[in-house]
Amino acid sequence: MKKQIVNAWFLVLLITPLLASAAKDERDWNKILKKQYFSGQSIHQSNDVIEIEAPYRAEDPALVPVQIISHIAQTKAQYIKKITVFVDKNPFPFVGEFEFTPESGKASLAMRVRVNSYSYIRAIAEMNDGQLYMTKKFVKASGGCSAPIGADLDAAMKRLGKMKFRLDKGVKKDDATLAQLLISHPNITGMQMDQVTRFVKKSHFVDHLKVTFDGKPVLTAKIDIAISADPNFRFYFVPNKKGVLKAEFSDTSCESPTSRKVCTKGKSYSSSYTVNPSI
Amino acid sequence: MKTIFFLFCTLVIQNVSAVTTLAVTEVSPGIYVHFGPHQLPDKINHGEIANIGFIIGDSCVAVIDTGGNPDQGYALKNTIEQITIKPVCYVINTHVHPDHILGNIAFKQSGVKFIGHKKLARAMAVRGEYYIAKASDQLAVKLTAKHIIAPDMPVKRHMTLDLGGRKITLTAHPTAHTDNDLTVFDQNTDTLWISDLLFIGHLPVIDGSLKGWLKELKRMEKQDYKVVIPGHGPAVTDWPKSLQPEKKYLQTLLSEIRKMIAKGQFIEDAVNQVGYLDKGQWKLFEQFHKKNVTTAFAELEWED
Repeated sequence: MKKQIVNAWFLVLLITPLLASAAKDERDWNKILKKQYFSGQSIHQSNDVIEIEAPYRAEDPALVPVQIISHIAQTKAQYIKKITVFVDKNPFPFVGEFEFTPESGKASLAMRVRVNSYSYIRAIAEMNDGQLYMTKKFVKASGGCSAPIGADLDAAMKRLGKMKFRLDKGVKKDDATLAQLLISHPNITGMQMDQVTRFVKKSHFVDHLKVTFDGKPVLTAKIDIAISADPNFRFYFVPNKKGVLKAEFSDTSCESPTSRKVCTKGKSYSSSYTVNPSI
Repeated sequence: MKTIFFLFCTLVIQNVSAVTTLAVTEVSPGIYVHFGPHQLPDKINHGEIANIGFIIGDSCVAVIDTGGNPDQGYALKNTIEQITIKPVCYVINTHVHPDHILGNIAFKQSGVKFIGHKKLARAMAVRGEYYIAKASDQLAVKLTAKHIIAPDMPVKRHMTLDLGGRKITLTAHPTAHTDNDLTVFDQNTDTLWISDLLFIGHLPVIDGSLKGWLKELKRMEKQDYKVVIPGHGPAVTDWPKSLQPEKKYLQTLLSEIRKMIAKGQFIEDAVNQVGYLDKGQWKLFEQFHKKNVTTAFAELEWED
């Protein structure tokens, strides 16, 4: 479903304002997601800890750039431990949970997601003291999960598993440093139907990602089909010496696009990048 | 008596024209095109926005694309029947996009072969269900799986068809506008039906590979053609001059996005900054440009 390949002209929707406002609701969150993921816990609604930046109207529903911006520094005394992201109206709303440490420097994060219909994107930050803070952003997009698999499927399958790190030049020692990780993977949702066989293609997606610097975790993520093809993440780490930034991910294939009960473990991949910060 | 005969004829013609037909233009001898408007597919035009048409040989007719819904396919069929008594022998789909293939069913009968790029059948399989759902939501057109008709004859690289005293050569291209682009060259009239490899007036839409598309254009730019028929926009007689606006647009995306990637800038920056200089030249710029930048960026960040 990569930037995949949507015949672009279908992206313009003729959804009535009535329908659109009906979608701007909290029902799925209140009735299902909150109970399922945060049962019995109280959550503060606030934009002071984290905030979401995303386009109000997405140009490509299969590739919606989402940034989660942290407003607090990661210190040993106070830090964001985990951020969980949902797209309420997606067939499988859970996008991912991302774990940070004080060594992450800053718990800001950017990713690309699929949005299947007009929906809130929401993120919940869990602090080291257990407090929860939620922020959300409404996005107009449609068809991001069922949009057909990418433009050039052959090219995509050929480079599956390839990874790239991108860092700005002139990395400085002890600075919270932005890193971009590109993963080549079609991240098939399992909702793209095969017209000839009438079978839905099985999902095949990246489920675990771990980034370490010099052996210590920087970002640990459990992710799902809402992540766009060719998963792309930006995050921070603190290079306190010369060391290796290492990314490892594994993929999986599940029988149903909306259940994780029957899945077959796939392969694991890893890639390293040496960082030599200047003082 | 003469008057009565005349009246009779008029009645007959009126009767015939009660059948829905399409306005077509004979752009080269025996090559007819119905030109689609530069519009987004919607519930008013029902997806009838692409250039579609046919080529008449001494023995039979080749249809090139069938339109954006079954009714447009039937209207094209009626149009052919008014112009010639020769039967349709081939239906050629230039690529998978719904505005080019959804009239196929009008021609589905014995003796008619459907032809497309070797990757067209797969693309139809992967996208068919999506197109059916979207046709209902956005075009007010009801479709089922039977409307997605895959080719019987896949084209690997080249294929020449004889329509009777008229040979047409089909070329399956590497990934460009889509991963299943096919062009049709008529030897008798030196006419190239290039379809969506060329957009004139309507902003080009990338659904394959920006780099691949530019590569094909640069190769084809060196050829001479008397008449070229784009998928969207008027037929032209000044190839390769008429190609330049599209080439410039795509080339600008390529070089600007590469620069941004090299500078460490992100996709969010690119959609708001790249390629706005020639905005005024294109119809539907607002609707397709940012999507093009997104697609191109996701392709180019995997270079090197």
